[in-house]
Amino acid sequence: MADEKVIDIPPAYTVVGKHDMMAKANHDETARFNYLVNMNKYLSSVLGAGNKLAYDTRVLPAFEKTHGRQPNHRHEIRRAMMLDPYHRLWSAMRRNTMEQRQQAGRSLVLRQIDELVEKAKSYNEGAETLVFDDSVELPRYVAGVDHHCMPGSYHTELFDEDVSAGANYDAGLFVTTGGALGAYADGGGQAVARWARNEHPDWQPKRILDIGATIGHNAVPIAQAYPDAEVVAIDVSKPVLRYGHARAKALGVDNISFVQMSAEDLSKFEDNSFDWVQTTMFLHETSNASMRRMMAEFHRVLKPGGLMLHIEQPQYDDEMPLYEQFIRDWDAFNNNEPFWSKLHELDLDEVFADAGFSHNECFHTGVRAWADPEIFPPSQTGDEEDHGRAAVWHALGAWKEGAPAASKEKEVA
Amino acid sequence: MPVDYMTLANAKSRGKRPQYFEDPATERLLSMLLTTVQELAVTRERLDTIERLLENKGTLSKAEIEAFEPNRDEGYERGLAHRDLISRVTRAVQQEVEGMRMDDKAPDELAEEFSKE
Repeated sequence: MADEKVIDIPPAYTVVGKHDMMAKANHDETARFNYLVNMNKYLSSVLGAGNKLAYDTRVLPAFEKTHGRQPNHRHEIRRAMMLDPYHRLWSAMRRNTMEQRQQAGRSLVLRQIDELVEKAKSYNEGAETLVFDDSVELPRYVAGVDHHCMPGSYHTELFDEDVSAGANYDAGLFVTTGGALGAYADGGGQAVARWARNEHPDWQPKRILDIGATIGHNAVPIAQAYPDAEVVAIDVSKPVLRYGHARAKALGVDNISFVQMSAEDLSKFEDNSFDWVQTTMFLHETSNASMRRMMAEFHRVLKPGGLMLHIEQPQYDDEMPLYEQFIRDWDAFNNNEPFWSKLHELDLDEVFADAGFSHNECFHTGVRAWADPEIFPPSQTGDEEDHGRAAVWHALGAWKEGAPAASKEKEVA
Repeated sequence: MPVDYMTLANAKSRGKRPQYFEDPATERLLSMLLTTVQELAVTRERLDTIERLLENKGTLSKAEIEAFEPNRDEGYERGLAHRDLISRVTRAVQQEVEGMRMDDKAPDELAEEFSKE
């Protein structure tokens, strides 16, 4: 028997929380996910170490010899590394593994799509908490690229009443994150809900807006943490809303409405009408101008004393070594996340300020996904962070017009 | 729903795919290799399931599997199965060897030749 302390193996797909809306995986489909989750982990840990080694031993020395200086930007490192045979092979393997994950999820879902569509209908029929709006235009940042190599992205409808995009996304989140998001892939939402309850026990948000909610996996734990609150989960894509609404019902959560709406235009909501506006791993899938329009809307709809909170990977600042910036940027150039690189170099406090939040209303803190330690024992090799993919994030937030001072916010964990 | 879910499952995502190697064929070969490895892993997990179920039911034990020694005929059959798999997998290499023994002409050369005869 291998020593579990030395060899860190992700949990098997069979521990993933099974709700009624989930696509049912047979033996081999489960085994395929088990392989892929291990391959992802192996690529990021054992084989991932080779990237830094190649950089230190040959890429950087060659760069210094040619240029007579160190690289001064992560893009210089990227261009040099993309000529390195090891980094190329590693990147090709990681890209392929992502494509295989998408294929595995889609084949699982599409072979049973009739049943999934019928089941979603049975949950959704006549519900006032699922609202579509055909006037919502698909923004260019969604239509122009299929994020993380997900064919058809969140929005493509292959059939009437299609839910395949949502079902595929739900099935595979576990694989991409090595199980680090917990049984219901909701570690992000769990973390912010726990943070809000622990750090602000007297704060009782009554109306919460979850932006870019997709299948509602992060809205559900927030709705569960505040059962008396009304949660509104918005997204531009119908298939994920349909699936997400049915998924929430299957999990017994009734205080979320799923609404087709763009975050750039919240005109259906009045000024000062929400206590909390939340995005979780969403901003990097937008664009610069659209994000600024969204921020102005977030500021407008927030009540005085309300919280705006964004969960993202850490920003690239002067403190972060250029090599780390480069490796964190991998998904931008290799996994169809084009805005990722640009977002992480922005000074988001300035973006918030432009939207109307004063600097002393803003705060930054760390976030670690919460997952049931009974099922997901903490990583024994915690030092080997999967840069860019790890469930260790950065929270950027603001309390509109006062409330706790920025620097006093504790880590979200 | 009359849908070829296999072809749909394989769909390409929108966005230009990076090229990691000089030769596009290398990209495709790596993709096929990695998927083959994936499917081998799937088969091994299925085999593991079967072994564990057989053991749990007391039909046989893992120790028996480890201790199993084929007799001469069984050994031959299993060797043949390995040979069969190796032969399939290395087909292209075998054909390259055969090609070195042949005086093959390219289609345009043959077309030229046949147009004259």
